[in-house]
Amino acid sequence: MITHHKRIGVFYLLSSLLFFLLGGAEAMVMRAQLSLPNLKLLTPETYNQVFTMHGTTMIFLVVMPVLTGLGVYLIPLMIGADDTAFPRLCAIAFWLQVGGGLLLYFSFAIGNAPNAGWFSYAPLTENAYSPGPGIDFWAFSILLIGAAIVASSINLIVTIATSRTSGMTIRRLPLFVWMHLINSVMILFALPVLVATLVMLLGDRLLHARFFDAAQGGSPLLWQHYFWIFGHPEVYIMILPGFGMISEIIPVFSRQPIFGYRSMAASTVAIGFLSYGVWVHHMFAVALGRTLLSVFAAASMLIAVPTGVKIFNWTATMLGGSIRFTTSMLFAVAFLLEFTIGGLSGMAFAAVPVDWQMTDTYFVVAHIHYVLFGGTIFSIFAGIYYWYPKITGRLLDESIGHWHFWLVVVGFNMTFFVQHFLGLLGMPRRVYTYPDVPWWGALNLISTVGAGILTFGILMFCANIVISLRFGAVAGTDPWNAWTLEWADGNTSVPVRSARPLWDLKHPEAPDWAHEQ
Amino acid sequence: MPLGALSPHSPQTLVIAALFANILILSAVIFLIVAGLVAYAALRYRARPGDAEPAQTFGSKAVEIAWTVIPIVIVTGIFIVTVRAMALVDAPLQPAFAPDLVVTGHQWWWDARYPNGAIAVSEIHIPAGRRLLVEVDSTDVIHDFWVPQLARKMDAIPGRHGYIWLQADKPGTYQGVCSEFCGAQHAHMHFLVIAQAEPEYSVWLRRQAAPAARLPIPVFERKCAECHANSLKGPDLTHIAGRDTLGANLSKNTRANLALWIEKPQSVKPGNRMPDQQLTGAEVRDLTGYLESLE
Repeated sequence: MITHHKRIGVFYLLSSLLFFLLGGAEAMVMRAQLSLPNLKLLTPETYNQVFTMHGTTMIFLVVMPVLTGLGVYLIPLMIGADDTAFPRLCAIAFWLQVGGGLLLYFSFAIGNAPNAGWFSYAPLTENAYSPGPGIDFWAFSILLIGAAIVASSINLIVTIATSRTSGMTIRRLPLFVWMHLINSVMILFALPVLVATLVMLLGDRLLHARFFDAAQGGSPLLWQHYFWIFGHPEVYIMILPGFGMISEIIPVFSRQPIFGYRSMAASTVAIGFLSYGVWVHHMFAVALGRTLLSVFAAASMLIAVPTGVKIFNWTATMLGGSIRFTTSMLFAVAFLLEFTIGGLSGMAFAAVPVDWQMTDTYFVVAHIHYVLFGGTIFSIFAGIYYWYPKITGRLLDESIGHWHFWLVVVGFNMTFFVQHFLGLLGMPRRVYTYPDVPWWGALNLISTVGAGILTFGILMFCANIVISLRFGAVAGTDPWNAWTLEWADGNTSVPVRSARPLWDLKHPEAPDWAHEQ
Repeated sequence: MPLGALSPHSPQTLVIAALFANILILSAVIFLIVAGLVAYAALRYRARPGDAEPAQTFGSKAVEIAWTVIPIVIVTGIFIVTVRAMALVDAPLQPAFAPDLVVTGHQWWWDARYPNGAIAVSEIHIPAGRRLLVEVDSTDVIHDFWVPQLARKMDAIPGRHGYIWLQADKPGTYQGVCSEFCGAQHAHMHFLVIAQAEPEYSVWLRRQAAPAARLPIPVFERKCAECHANSLKGPDLTHIAGRDTLGANLSKNTRANLALWIEKPQSVKPGNRMPDQQLTGAEVRDLTGYLESLE
């Protein structure tokens, strides 16, 4: 059985890429259907299946596993461990994850894909309104994936807690490891809530329980509370490892240590705590009373503070540096700007009355994609360009990389920026078609053309991965002149006396540990 | 919906638009600061061949405290204006008086019930210039009642009641949509709010509460009455000829469109809850004629 963390890590990356292409194809199908008013390329039923599969795929089969894969691959190397603490758990988590993905897509193959959205609100998901097996497939596959993610988190926490090389104290952990650690702890508290509510849903559907059936004394609202107690920490779970990658990449390409290492780690802990106190901001349009909503509004606004600290720290790391604009760094800088837009539109949603207008419109679609694509996916691109040479021994091609970068930046902003306006103009999300209202058609067409450009960018990325594997420049052990242990390439004798052991090795005249004292 | 939330036509939506405008300006300023710093760093500190390693800066307590405290002050300010706006916009959670109007979401249309017994389907008339307390309910799944120009949105959840203020400053027709995903035809769950001057409104309201203009014909009793008159699982048809649109604002209320609905409901709005009734051509004609007489 293959259990080595490098192998499993690569498996995660490859399976995520496959699902990324599937989820992207689903997105293009949606954009085609929405390119003009009143189009009938898809039936409403098919459209609803496609958007459900797109969201579920991108969250559970792309973002979470690709971040897990990078963590599984890199964390042992970064902390000087031979492997993860529980190698077989590492393997079983991956196979459960893939099993969940295949189960989900099997439902597509038999023409009964889930169709109630990735959030699957009850009572729409009850037998009375969704009689086919689609929702059951969805719930069972997310159950498997949930178990897989919890298992890999336990593995990572224990690895970080017990397998650090001598000298690698908690205050010298690379920030990527720090953020994965907080992330894994968050997963341990968030995912079981999802699993519990999926069991309740399956109970309703298969055993005629009545958790969510108002007519029989249940509560549809219960689903929303459970789902978002998982769902909002989940949003941070999908971004924190991205923050971690950006915190490694910007310093190396700016030739400066991260500005404010401690406030970076502390702000991550703050985000971790606060993220459990904001879930009701997904439910502001429910009649819950102003007192309750105010509390959640305050917590949602407060979370902007530690997030802002990070943005400023990254920017300050660049100031006074000597910046090399590799493709990896380009994506990291674009991440800064796109994620800031996503964060600021999130701030607007925390202002409850704005949410009362904008929630469930295309403004939200724009917001989440600025966070999850402009944020997470951009950080993943930055990370792949940065660590691909570590994984394969060859550099990704920089000129294809620049094409990839510019096509993605132009395509992404063209697709999603206009959706802010669509939301302001009153277009609800999750509609399979729309009437010919002034501006809606034009803005949707721009968005669809942008999605086409974005697709070309993604294809460039795939081409680069394949071409560079064969023809890429040989990287050597330390192509970026970096500072963390994964670039020591198995040289276990590197002493760890600061957060940048390779800097200390390369600069004995001015080691960080002298500064740390 | 011409310009949606950007063209508020009620005191409540005006408050929200102003709050949004303030946050937008603030966000633009913050974004420009970040983008400006990033652009400055990118231009000024770009590596040049032969550059030595720059001086290493590990952070600055004073600066880091500053950019923690200043955002706290800013979000505190936003929180205060948010809470004030909430008080101006929001109706009571459990009002002490009866609502002026009860709107109910169904898969996939809306109806509104008035205190005098009138029922409006998909075209909700209100008196202009008066603030109404509206109760928002659902009979099946979760919907959301949203008229961007007139009111905040409110989820319609089975087993619960939501309340909003609904007001239009001026007479006019305002577009509304369902804003919570509710199944196959979520996209076609539009409605109109028609604000009228008081005298016209009271004429409409009186007429809308009157019984149907004609007694039901036998084929209606046989094929339609179960859902459209007795149980009201389907939309009330008592005054269908008085409506401008059919199928939740899907098509104009013309003779041809009405006949198409009666004959092939699934081709007009796939997935809707009205099964094909296998009617003969003569029955379709009779029903169309009957419904067209129900002013």
